Amino acid sequence: MLIIEKIDVYRGKTHVLHQVDLHVGHGEIIALIGANGAGKTTTLKTISGLLRPEKGKILYSSRKGKTAVDISSMAPEQIVGAGISQCPEGRGIFSQLSVKENLLVGAYLRSDNEIEKDLQIVNKMFPILGERSNQAAGNLSGGEQMMLALGRSLMSRPKLLILDEPSLGLAPLIIETIFNMLLKINSQGVTILLVEQNAVMALELSHRAYVLETGSVALYGKSSDLALNPMVQKAYLGGE
Amino acid sequence: MDSGYIAQQLANGVILGSMYALVAIGFSMIYGIVRLINFAHGDIVMIGAFATLAFMETAGLPFPLVAFFVLLTGCSVGILIERISFRPMRGAPQVTGFIASLGISIMLQNLGILTLSAQPRNFSFPDYMQTLFQLGPVSFRVVDLIIILTAIFLMIALILLVKKTKLGIAMRATAENIDVARLMGININKTIMATFAIGSGLAGIAGLMWGGKFGQIDPLMGYIPGLKSFVAAVIGGVGSIPGAILGGFILGLAEVLFVGLLPPIYSSYRDAFVFGSLIIILIAMPNGLLGKNMEDRA
Repeated sequence: MLIIEKIDVYRGKTHVLHQVDLHVGHGEIIALIGANGAGKTTTLKTISGLLRPEKGKILYSSRKGKTAVDISSMAPEQIVGAGISQCPEGRGIFSQLSVKENLLVGAYLRSDNEIEKDLQIVNKMFPILGERSNQAAGNLSGGEQMMLALGRSLMSRPKLLILDEPSLGLAPLIIETIFNMLLKINSQGVTILLVEQNAVMALELSHRAYVLETGSVALYGKSSDLALNPMVQKAYLGGE
Repeated sequence: MDSGYIAQQLANGVILGSMYALVAIGFSMIYGIVRLINFAHGDIVMIGAFATLAFMETAGLPFPLVAFFVLLTGCSVGILIERISFRPMRGAPQVTGFIASLGISIMLQNLGILTLSAQPRNFSFPDYMQTLFQLGPVSFRVVDLIIILTAIFLMIALILLVKKTKLGIAMRATAENIDVARLMGININKTIMATFAIGSGLAGIAGLMWGGKFGQIDPLMGYIPGLKSFVAAVIGGVGSIPGAILGGFILGLAEVLFVGLLPPIYSSYRDAFVFGSLIIILIAMPNGLLGKNMEDRA
């Protein structure tokens, strides 16, 4: 679905990503883990078109069997239109807009007549969003804001859902709810690419994972294998 | 000083205030979305006034058409300014845009002097608009009423647009977080352009009103109303549209009452009064009356 080929990305003059390769298959859940400053968020921003790779390609096909196109020079709105939705770091909800308006922004590029229906579906998934429909989104708690950010992304009917640290600053119980929701979303055919600091949970949830270190892919493989890898255990899972 | 006199002054204040408010809305909208104080905004008032003259006297169009074309002229000038000077420097430090807007302002004023001459021109609306009528103790000209009604109509239309339409939601989302707005598929260039167009269109209409109210226009006429409308936007809380409207009316009323109620020797201090009141309000309420405590998005 998504094939990143040897991308080099700079932020200002700093060379952040070096020759990063990353594959996401249709229907997979992929985790991207690594320490602070390893380039996880930069990778995601590059996929979404907020940053441009200096070198390399990002090939994307929305369905199996569809020819992949290079999205690395597309504008963010074209990439959203192609079916990639990113739930940004820190959730990025619009705090002065109402809950419902936030969800409608998620459907910004859609002009079909099923937006109202999808609103109902999201409100059913996260009942709190339906209850608070007309309140300013800034009044929601952290967990509720994460649900809103997730619901907002779903409103674009993504084929590939990208999440940047969904667990950030949330209570363990809420993280579990969110991760269960991600499994459910994945089972409905949405591919997921997830960046996480919480490596334990990320490796539990995902099928495969990549470990990013100072801008390069240090390791990758099946998540269950990585969870047993001594280097990963030492650096990210708190084991000895 | 009888109540009739005071009522008349209040009416004058509302008229002046509705013009300030229309200009202040543009200041506020543009600041809200790109964090830019556009000092060329006042000069769009001047362009609107000259466009009115051109469409009305030279082209001889009927008034509603004149108003429509002036609105379009304002929109186009706003789009042009955004496209040529602000878009290329998006992401630059705030002060860069600020200086650029000052430069555009000076350029527009001098372009006006060069092509239109600095000589003030008389500006007269058709006779039926000058007709006086009484409303209780207050006497109005038809044009005064048109100013107030048009201003109120435009403000309501704008608030509905920002509150209810897809464009309005996109504008508010972009104002709050430009990167996340892009991640949601909003074309921020189009959204910012629409904001400049709307704000500048309103300033153009304010130019038509200004000419109709005071009967004289010149290439530097936009400077002081522009500054005062900026003050109105700051008083209301820059970035807030209801704040800009409130600030405009407060400033218009305060200015007229200051001149009308105090002995005539003070009346030449009216501008000092306006800017003095800004300082006092900002000391008491640093975010303005309806402004939210917005951290700078540097």
